[in-house]
Amino acid sequence: MNPNSILEVKDLHAWFGSIEVVKGISMVALEHTVTAMIGPSGCGKSTFIRCLNRLHEESPGARATGQVLLENRDIYEKKVDPVSIRRRVGMVFQKPNPFPSMSIFDNVVAGLRLAGVRRSSTLKEIVEHSLQAAALWDEVKDKLHALGTSLSGGQQQRLCIARALAVEPKVLLMDEPTSALDPISTGKIEELLTELRKKVTVIIVTHNMQQAARISDQTAFFLSGELIEFGETSQVFTAPKKEQTERYITGRFG
Amino acid sequence: MFSFSPRPKSRKETHLGDFIFASLLRLISLGLALMLVVIAFFLLRGAFASVSRFEWSFITDSTWDPVQEVFGSAPVLFGTLVSSSIAVLIAAPLSIGIAVFLNELAPPKIGKAIGFLIEMLAAIPSVVYGLWGIFVLAPWLRTTVEPFLSKNLGWIPLFTGPYYGVGMLAAGLILSIMIIPTIFTISREIFKTIPTTQREAALALGATRWEMIKISVLKSSKSGIGGAVILGLGRALGETMAVTMVIGNRSEINLSLLAPAQTMASVIANEYAEATSDIHLSALIEIGFLLFIVTFLINAFARIFILRESRR
Ligand SMILES: Nc1ncnc2c1ncn2[C@@H]1O[C@H](COP(=O)(O)OP(=O)(O)O)[C@@H](O)[C@H]1O
Ligand SMILES: [Mg+2]
Repeated sequence: MNPNSILEVKDLHAWFGSIEVVKGISMVALEHTVTAMIGPSGCGKSTFIRCLNRLHEESPGARATGQVLLENRDIYEKKVDPVSIRRRVGMVFQKPNPFPSMSIFDNVVAGLRLAGVRRSSTLKEIVEHSLQAAALWDEVKDKLHALGTSLSGGQQQRLCIARALAVEPKVLLMDEPTSALDPISTGKIEELLTELRKKVTVIIVTHNMQQAARISDQTAFFLSGELIEFGETSQVFTAPKKEQTERYITGRFG
Repeated sequence: MFSFSPRPKSRKETHLGDFIFASLLRLISLGLALMLVVIAFFLLRGAFASVSRFEWSFITDSTWDPVQEVFGSAPVLFGTLVSSSIAVLIAAPLSIGIAVFLNELAPPKIGKAIGFLIEMLAAIPSVVYGLWGIFVLAPWLRTTVEPFLSKNLGWIPLFTGPYYGVGMLAAGLILSIMIIPTIFTISREIFKTIPTTQREAALALGATRWEMIKISVLKSSKSGIGGAVILGLGRALGETMAVTMVIGNRSEINLSLLAPAQTMASVIANEYAEATSDIHLSALIEIGFLLFIVTFLINAFARIFILRESRR
């Protein structure tokens, strides 16, 4: 086992009802790396990463089996409380989803408050820190008490990133975080990712292959719930080992 | 290849149809709005004799005595206010709790089934509630609940005095059952408009189910829930038949919930048929007018609240 491995997935299966959509995935993510998940839509990328913070099981009829070792402990062990996992594995969704009734400030500290942090000096400090980490501080520092939903789409997504970072997760899952955004906002978030990897390990789903190539260290290619190829990003894009991967990245798929 | 498309209608033709249709709708909605004004006008005209004779004392005076032709509506205003408040205090937490449970926690199938049953409560005719009140609820109150209240809590003014089964408490309870479907249905509709991504946002931050419900569901439905409760209140204020059957019909202000009482709606239902003097009739119509205004305002208010929320 690699000493730097922070997340190790072993034979993960996931179902919706009786339909298996993730069919036995194994892979490893090292500390401070960015792993990109690519593949045609409907191939199970979202379902897969939602298994990594045990969010998948919250959908009606959904279940998962297998092992996901977070810092060498299986998060699917019986005794483990999914709530505690979600504090260590943050998530950013496809559509920005700040809490509509909360201010920018309250959005950022929502996770901390859930964890019982109350001291206002601590909260203030973490708000500034997290918003800076999400490259949003300069744009919102004068209106922290405005509603989170009053921001633009791109800003809202960075707010969601700040909200996820505020609880200092070990791993950050991102499910197509830029697919609802304009190119400039997308650029900002991609830029941000190169900084973020110093703090967290990122697993990002994207259907944009240029994006995967630009920002990730490893790339995983999914097809129909199976992991077809997993390796160094440069290798996957320049010298794919599998024919299906090559067909997909050259756009000759289907 | 040919592609056959239906012959496009001439622009003018569709325009004319649209125009006629739109005008018709506008006319109908105008007519409905006018109807409200007309009803208010006729009520006010009928109430004129009473308004000019009693003036403000009609509202402040607590004597309602058709024999002496003294009409003060304070007792029925009081009865309406108290019975509706009891109903809301019981029904609101219950309905909202059930809506949260069925929408957020119960398996979808069970949620649908129970939700359907609760909505069916709204379809039961008021008079049937009244019968149930007389033959089941009131006897149960008289033999079980009220002796207990009287014995243990009799020192509180709310539970002093003799008890009969029928009375303010019975009316409040039956009203609470009748307004549960209103509050429940609207609350659940509002919860349904909350996108799943909102719930997942909370869960992904490490919220427990209950914390998620607080943050993502209740917090962002506050004004809609407020509207639902006010709408329930509006329904309770105007409810007539069932209340008339179980409230005991005595036009007196009595702080005890065990005592018989009277509401605005029940006094009209009770006395309208036997009102022999013109002034008695006019007084009843004035109560009708007040009830009309209050329920109209309350409903308008509630709908504004609910509308604000459903525009998410
Ligand atoms: N809530 C759900 N219930 C049932 N099936 C679902 C649900 N969500 C996704 N699926 C199905 O699971 C498969 C994988 O979906 P998903 O993980 O969202 O794919 P991707 O993110 O790669 O587009 C798809 O076939 C999809 O139709
Ligand atoms: Mg997806």
